[in-house]
Amino acid sequence: MSFLELQNITKIYPNGTKAVNETSLNIDNGEFVVFVGPSGCGKSTLLRMIAGLEDITSGEISLDGNIINNIDPSERDVAMVFQNYALYPHMSVFNNMSYGLKNRGISKDEIKNKVNDVAKLLEIDQLLIRKPSVLSGGQRQRVAMGRAIVRNPKIFLFDEPLSNLDAKLRNQMRLEIKKLQRQMGVTSIFVTHDQTEAMTLGDRIVVINNGVVEQVGTPKEIYSKPNTKFVAEFIGSPQMNLFQCKIENGFAKISDMQINLNNSLNIQDACIGVRPDDILISDQGEYSSSANLVEYLGSDMIIYSSVGGQEFSCKLSSKINLKAGDNFKFNISPSVLHIFDNTSGQRV
Amino acid sequence: MKIKPLEILSHIILILGVLLMVLPIWFSFATSTHDNVSIITEGMKFFLGESFSQNYNEVLNEKGGWSEEVTAARMFINSFIMALGIATLKVVISAMSAYALVYFRFKLAVPIFWLIFITLLVPLEVRIFPSYKIVSDLGLTNTYTGLILPLVASATATFFFRQFYKTIPDELLESAKLDGANSWRFFIDFLLPLSKTMLAAMFIFMFVYGYSQYLWPLIMTTDEKYWTVVMGMKIIFTENYEGVALPRTGERFAYIILSMLPPVLVVVILQRWFIKGLIQTEK
Repeated sequence: MSFLELQNITKIYPNGTKAVNETSLNIDNGEFVVFVGPSGCGKSTLLRMIAGLEDITSGEISLDGNIINNIDPSERDVAMVFQNYALYPHMSVFNNMSYGLKNRGISKDEIKNKVNDVAKLLEIDQLLIRKPSVLSGGQRQRVAMGRAIVRNPKIFLFDEPLSNLDAKLRNQMRLEIKKLQRQMGVTSIFVTHDQTEAMTLGDRIVVINNGVVEQVGTPKEIYSKPNTKFVAEFIGSPQMNLFQCKIENGFAKISDMQINLNNSLNIQDACIGVRPDDILISDQGEYSSSANLVEYLGSDMIIYSSVGGQEFSCKLSSKINLKAGDNFKFNISPSVLHIFDNTSGQRV
Repeated sequence: MKIKPLEILSHIILILGVLLMVLPIWFSFATSTHDNVSIITEGMKFFLGESFSQNYNEVLNEKGGWSEEVTAARMFINSFIMALGIATLKVVISAMSAYALVYFRFKLAVPIFWLIFITLLVPLEVRIFPSYKIVSDLGLTNTYTGLILPLVASATATFFFRQFYKTIPDELLESAKLDGANSWRFFIDFLLPLSKTMLAAMFIFMFVYGYSQYLWPLIMTTDEKYWTVVMGMKIIFTENYEGVALPRTGERFAYIILSMLPPVLVVVILQRWFIKGLIQTEK
């Protein structure tokens, strides 16, 4: 039995919206799982149901062997870090961190020790007497983490905690969260809409769309073998190129471009995907096109082009000399292609 | 630094405004320090006189009324108790009912809120007979309870607290829940401290409201022991000794000046929070 088990979880809001649909998921002890998906896909709702902040319409959640559906949030032994941190504005950092412990009737000396230890760990021990309003974004983030850590919960829940920070700080905090989680080994669930965060943080990623789990797997599995068209598009930056096409006897036809798939598939309405960095530009290339736009990113550059009216991008080293308007030749190896059936959206 | 003409003009307007507010009070105070003969012969005074201690001493300690038992000091105490009771209970009750309306999403919360709000249209003066009937049936005439209780519900304060609570982010409640705070703890540990500027502002408003009540104590009290300052203003030092003695204008001015002090004190003490409460909410 897994540490955290979700069984056929469904959430229907009073107004009839189905936020989460028949979701089942198992999470092991110590695992770092990331829920990722576009806004409004139900990932936060799922997290909030685990925390106990939303009622479960049907299904069962069990944590550490106990069904927690009807257990009060405070007794579930979960800690949550909110998007806006939800620090208590009228309390000092120390009181913010100790409030939960105080409510559990832990002795004053013990609270003091625990808070001091965690504050040292997060390097906020100088800030304990300050109020949240005078802290910077990064410091608030740390306090919010500290408040969760100090309670020593069975599971950490993060609800997009990095989205209020600027890009540099976000990367730094991302690393720190990862390190802390490794160090403490506490099971964690992290909700985000940012696929980079998901890829870098998670031991496993759960891609959610429209209240349904599209795919669960390690970052590598999800990147290299997306199960559905949605996952293929959502994970990876720049986005995977998707070509609408017709497959006949193992040949994909994209207007006048034909790609040999080395199989014997026949699909009327298909879609083939290829990652921008899997398009190889070379003078001996089989196909040709012209660059509409070139984006220079330092070590890399991205070329935007189109074939038969379908736009695509390729990512290549910026050492190659290519300007907007230039013609170029390229190759696509059949082994890097992802083939999807357009009607079902599933991988073939 | 060069001063612009517009700035001078606006300062002149401001100074005029200040004079308009302060001069009547100053005249009253200056007049209250003169003896009655000079007031009657010379009218209102601008400069201080020499009867300060005599006048104020008489005001505070002379027994007046028909029974010759009640002193002004007694009336101050009565008014203070009444205003304090009304303000405290109004703030506490409004804060709690707003909490119920905002956070316990029971079915009829919205209609109930509007019902409370509508009571603004029915001030005490309109419902004074039924109110009096109830209070007298309960045997509460001539008691502090009777003076305070019918005035402790406040739609205005409930409305302000409701609006304030609605601005508090839901995450705060959720975070508190995860930290093991029940609804009572959330009210005490979060809402009250967060709304302390609001509490102070409401307390001032309600204190002044309670202090300046006239009609209710007038019909509620037959026993002079329960007279309040505002009632006394009409009654005290008006006896004319059958036209023999001089009108006691000096004492009456002293009484007016004294009657202003308690509300002024409350405002001065609480104004630091009061101003904050009006112009900003603590983030």
